Amino acid sequence: MLEQLKKTEVYKSIFRHSYQDTQRNRALQIVDNVFLHLHPVRVPRHATNLGYTWGMGGITFLLFIVLTITGVILMFYYRPTAQYAYEDMKYLMNDVPFGPLMRNMHRWAAHAMVLTVMLHMFRVFLTGSYKPPRQFNWVVGVILLVLTLLLSFSGYLLPWDQLSIWAVTVGTNMARATPLLGHEGPFGAQLGLRPDNDVRFVLLGGTEVGPPTLLRFYVGHCIFLPLVATIFMVVHFWRVRKDGGISGPESTKKGF
Amino acid sequence: MRQFLEILSKPDNLPIVALLASVIFFSWLYWVKAKKNDMQELPEEAKMDDKVQVWPYLVRTEFLMAIAVMAILVIWSVFLNAPLEESANRALTPNPSKAPWYFLGLQEMLVYFDPWIAGVVLPTLIIIGLMAIPYVDINPKGNGYYTFKERKFAVLTYGFGFLVLWVFLIFIGTFLRGPGWNFFWPGETWDPHYVAVLTNVDLSEYFGISTRLPDNTLNPAAFIFGAVCVFGFYSLSGVYWMKKRNDEFMKKLGFFRYSIVSFLFLSMMGLVIKIFLRLGPLMFGANPVKYVWVTPWFNV
Ligand code: HEM
Repeated sequence: MLEQLKKTEVYKSIFRHSYQDTQRNRALQIVDNVFLHLHPVRVPRHATNLGYTWGMGGITFLLFIVLTITGVILMFYYRPTAQYAYEDMKYLMNDVPFGPLMRNMHRWAAHAMVLTVMLHMFRVFLTGSYKPPRQFNWVVGVILLVLTLLLSFSGYLLPWDQLSIWAVTVGTNMARATPLLGHEGPFGAQLGLRPDNDVRFVLLGGTEVGPPTLLRFYVGHCIFLPLVATIFMVVHFWRVRKDGGISGPESTKKGF
Repeated sequence: MRQFLEILSKPDNLPIVALLASVIFFSWLYWVKAKKNDMQELPEEAKMDDKVQVWPYLVRTEFLMAIAVMAILVIWSVFLNAPLEESANRALTPNPSKAPWYFLGLQEMLVYFDPWIAGVVLPTLIIIGLMAIPYVDINPKGNGYYTFKERKFAVLTYGFGFLVLWVFLIFIGTFLRGPGWNFFWPGETWDPHYVAVLTNVDLSEYFGISTRLPDNTLNPAAFIFGAVCVFGFYSLSGVYWMKKRNDEFMKKLGFFRYSIVSFLFLSMMGLVIKIFLRLGPLMFGANPVKYVWVTPWFNV
């Protein structure tokens, strides 16, 4: 029966080669798969060693995928207005099947991602992997770090509970002290800045964290930031390959 | 003590406990690997220079790791609910009001600096400083393997910045800062009515120069004193350059790269000095220093 299936045109059009364990098939497994094709066919052995990479870059990426999926599910139940946001969270936590699981996974994966991205960066530093030719990919990485923090921070506001608005109030209050751009910052007053025309006002859409802020953070959190982060991740992964794969001592680079 | 354990076990604080544990574990792992590599001719990584097929050797590891991560995440999410407090209320300010945990190091900086430094200049310097690392670290050694011996300055500086100024301050901000952002030891109860009675003085006042004149305008002498302190501190970089500029290494580094490194390094050290200026006097019952430099537009 299975053998029959494997001979059909449909099956063959999907799976291009047999699964027999040969060198050639092992290579095809990677090259013929759009996702696995991110990888080279062969790598130096230390690059597969968890003790070397700590696996933190990969885990960060996995968590980003989890966040995208659970995030989309949460969006079905959430309306970004001051009137509904909190009610929707209550409803999600109490009445939606698997609602708490989805929300919890989204929340904890977000925290975990901030953690793993910091550890990934720590590892990259300690193996000196930012050294030539990988300087630029480190810069891309720093941008990804900032984006990860912004994503997490903007998401923090969305439940619209006491924890949210006060954490975001504390965070965004800093913006008033921006030199030249905030009304309490150095030279702010001299430049004619007021609470209702400085950089914090632009960020919040008001003089305090209110309904317009919720909408701004929602759009940033669900559309703008994930999109930008995705683009930078694509560049990041591409560069890992183009810079000669995972870093390693000189001797491991023979034959590339 | 019960309160400390309570804070420790708050669901939202679990990531910080995980942060501490993993940072300790990975620092240890690094140390073991670096020591081993430093004691032999070729680093361990160089001995693993044969090629392996990605399928199955890498994909297998990735797959197992993914399953493990998903399992942990699901278990974590089944047993611990994400917090959902009372509905947002502008009229009710919680005390303490804390930023999300990963910003608590910066919030802690507010004790030592005005918001324009702690909240804006410092994060900007951190981001720019991180981005600059690959371009100012010209040491070609230690690329692609763990080592300490071959890049001591780089590892120590980064380690200090990350482990002490970032992770450790997050720990303090989360667990030891209570109402009014007052400091409470583990075991002390967070007393919301506790008021720290502090008489802040400016650094110049330790030298007998009062910041304000009797008519409450800024004392020009204090202004100049502060400027000398700040600029004097940063000009240490120039002094060191003059002394060392003919060294092999400094020649290779060049003036431009050196300026960036020394500026960032001194800024980081300045931060530490300011922390000591504020906390140090308290230990001797003296008044903590508020500002080093007061100007009409900003204070440092
Ligand atoms: C959203 C965040 C990020 C994701 C998803 C990500 C993902 C990855 C992955 C999967 C790798 C392959 C090797 C590994 O797993 O260690 C990698 C390598 C690398 N990452 Fe990241 N990364 C992120 C953030 C960062 C940050 C913050 C930095 C540093 C500032 C950074 C710098 C690098 C560099 C230089 C490499 C090459 C390492 C080598 O060749 O050994 N990345 N990244």
